[in-house]
Amino acid sequence: MLYFASFFLGKLNRHAIPTDMVTLGAAVSIVLGLIFGAILITYFHKWKYLWKEWLTSVDHKKIGIMYIIVAVLMLIRGGVDALMLRGQQATSVGVHHGYLSSSTFAQVFSAHGTIMIFFAAMGLMFGIINLVLPLQIGSRDVAFPFMNLTSFWLFVAGMVLVNVSLGIGDFSAAGWLAYPPLSELRYSPTVGVDYWIWSLEIAGIGSLLSGVNFFTTILKTRAPGMSLTKMPMFAWSVLCTTSLIIFAFPILTVTLTLLYLDRTMGMHFFTAAAGGNMMMYVNLIWAWGHPEVYILILPAFGIFSEIVATFSHKRLFGYRTMVGALVSITVLSFTVWLHHFFTMGAGADVNGFFGIMTMVIAIPTGVKIFNWLFTMYKGRIKFSQSMLWFFGFVGLFTVGGVAGVILAMPPADFQLHNSLFLVAHFHTMIVGGVLFGYFAGLSYWFPKIFGYKLNEKLGRISFYLWFSGFLLAFVPLYILGLLGATRRIDHYSASLGWQPLFIIAGLGVLVIASGVFMMIIQHLVSFINRDKLKDKTGDPWNGKTLEWSVSSPAPFYNFASIPVVHSRDFYWDIKNIIKHEPKEITDVLMPKNSNHAPIIGFISILFGFSMVWHIWWLSLVSLLLIIIVIFNRFNDENPNYLLRAEEIIEIEQSHLRLKES
Amino acid sequence: MKTKIYQTPSHPDANLKQYILGYTVSVLFTLSAFFLVKNTVFTRNVLEYVVASLAISQFIIQIVFFLHLFNERNPRFRLLVFLLMLAIVLILVVGSLWIMANLNHNMTLPSQIRYMNNQGGGF
Ligand SMILES: [Cu+2]
Repeated sequence: MLYFASFFLGKLNRHAIPTDMVTLGAAVSIVLGLIFGAILITYFHKWKYLWKEWLTSVDHKKIGIMYIIVAVLMLIRGGVDALMLRGQQATSVGVHHGYLSSSTFAQVFSAHGTIMIFFAAMGLMFGIINLVLPLQIGSRDVAFPFMNLTSFWLFVAGMVLVNVSLGIGDFSAAGWLAYPPLSELRYSPTVGVDYWIWSLEIAGIGSLLSGVNFFTTILKTRAPGMSLTKMPMFAWSVLCTTSLIIFAFPILTVTLTLLYLDRTMGMHFFTAAAGGNMMMYVNLIWAWGHPEVYILILPAFGIFSEIVATFSHKRLFGYRTMVGALVSITVLSFTVWLHHFFTMGAGADVNGFFGIMTMVIAIPTGVKIFNWLFTMYKGRIKFSQSMLWFFGFVGLFTVGGVAGVILAMPPADFQLHNSLFLVAHFHTMIVGGVLFGYFAGLSYWFPKIFGYKLNEKLGRISFYLWFSGFLLAFVPLYILGLLGATRRIDHYSASLGWQPLFIIAGLGVLVIASGVFMMIIQHLVSFINRDKLKDKTGDPWNGKTLEWSVSSPAPFYNFASIPVVHSRDFYWDIKNIIKHEPKEITDVLMPKNSNHAPIIGFISILFGFSMVWHIWWLSLVSLLLIIIVIFNRFNDENPNYLLRAEEIIEIEQSHLRLKES
Repeated sequence: MKTKIYQTPSHPDANLKQYILGYTVSVLFTLSAFFLVKNTVFTRNVLEYVVASLAISQFIIQIVFFLHLFNERNPRFRLLVFLLMLAIVLILVVGSLWIMANLNHNMTLPSQIRYMNNQGGGF
């Protein structure tokens, strides 16, 4: 009997249901939210619409929107985690021990880091790249539309696994990068680390496929005439980011696999026994981890390059140096990974080398900052909400960058390593740099995707809340770190006098939360006033790149006829010369929607879940099923359909009528 | 006239002959390595070098016959990406060896190093 249960269910049994109130409450509220959503969809009879128009759509713009919806949900979940952490730290002092147990606290900070990097930041990044990139390089879609949708569904599968861990079993309590020996079976005997491993394995494969996809898209499907040196800066940043993804993500996949083998097959890659070495894990995970930081920030650099030039009504200053800076950051980001473990026993040679390389990589980044400032110099700057995010970014990113250069000095790092100073540093880079960049991009390209602009005033209020909230939340952490507060601390002595700073930091998180709330209000208000905010021209900001030459929202085929590019800021150069050039419009072969991708995503959840719980028969079955589904898709004789020229002409003419009205 | 949304990748310069030739040579190299290990032809020291050089030659054969890196027309993206890959792999492998050697050097007592060396293990 027992044997059958363990064969069919692996390690899964009734003890998998959590018993502490916090986790149970979170799990129950997620389930209730899902049921509520399902009831709403059923009530409005939208299941078919949802499946046909969205979940199976290979249109890169729709995939981008879905990425962003998932990422925003995860941003909110990660934000709730952050509030819980700061709530604990503000109250758990002296004789009081707060409301979270140590193990729950550890799970919450591990989940916060994992979710924010892999599912909020990466999701927003792939969302924006999907929305903008093909339009910007004059392409009708990405190179491999079906693979694009599959990547999205693998991303969703990873996200689901993280959230399933709330209700069935537990999540990793070993930090967002799960260093051994803590993450080995001996010290983390529950399934938490396995959930962490498999959600990242699956989402990571999705990211790798996306990287390959966009890399190929840029190299192979640019509009005729758009040589690499005429390519917009955002496209350049995506080219660099995707090459980082292609080279860095395999390291993550292999490292996690080795850790999983250690945990399940009793191997010794990262244990002290039998010749293994836990430092090899730290070495490998940061060989991926440092490039990952640049994977996130490079697209933000690209976004700012577009926005600053557009809203200063000037061409981008120093195009060539910008490209050079991007490319050198790409290569250099593979040469600095040791700065994450200066204190782990390396000698002066190694530490010195990697410290200097880290300082070197700050130079191209500084070049970019100066280029943006020179782009603004003597320009007619329009202080739109997108530009406000840029101003916030310049200040925060410079301060955070200087903190980074301080941390790059090994002697200083010995003092600051593992302290809240480090936490404050990388949050400055990832919130003030990455997130502000993505927010700027979202408000900039929003009309291109939805056909109406976002309310400016509410956008500004949201920015000011985010910016002041950020300072409130993280300046205390810089101070606390210098005072010696370690990261991941869940209790401290009252005599240290840290409590007021932790309380201020907690209030800062609340101010940021109100900034998020204001963004939601902004989207609601803009949606209600969408007729007044309508973008009739398709070019609301006097843009310089190709995406602004088509209607807003962009038609599903992107371009009625593929433009031929002659110069760098091509749309600026032609928009006043050529009015309505009569174009020859032909039939277009478009990719069909695909049921295969969401099915692969769903089976991947089963696969990950069965690997976590050691339900081996299910792992085998689901792996086989995935292979069958892929073969089934490859045998599809007609993955494309023909879009008639008449249909395109009709849509284009309705846009022209709108433009002239 | 139809405009295709994306081009299916084509290898006009790759023909079946090249694939068969590359495959045959690769198999030969693999089998001969296996043969040399199975039947003690060389001493262990020499054997290691021979097997390693067989592996590297097979690697080059595959680049030439399967990836067609050297007969692609301009712009040579495949070659460029391949060189970038080589550079990054080199950085990571050499860097990791250097780091791991250095870590243990500073974390281990001299007596332990002597012990590890006697065990025949590397780092
Ligand atoms: Cu780093």
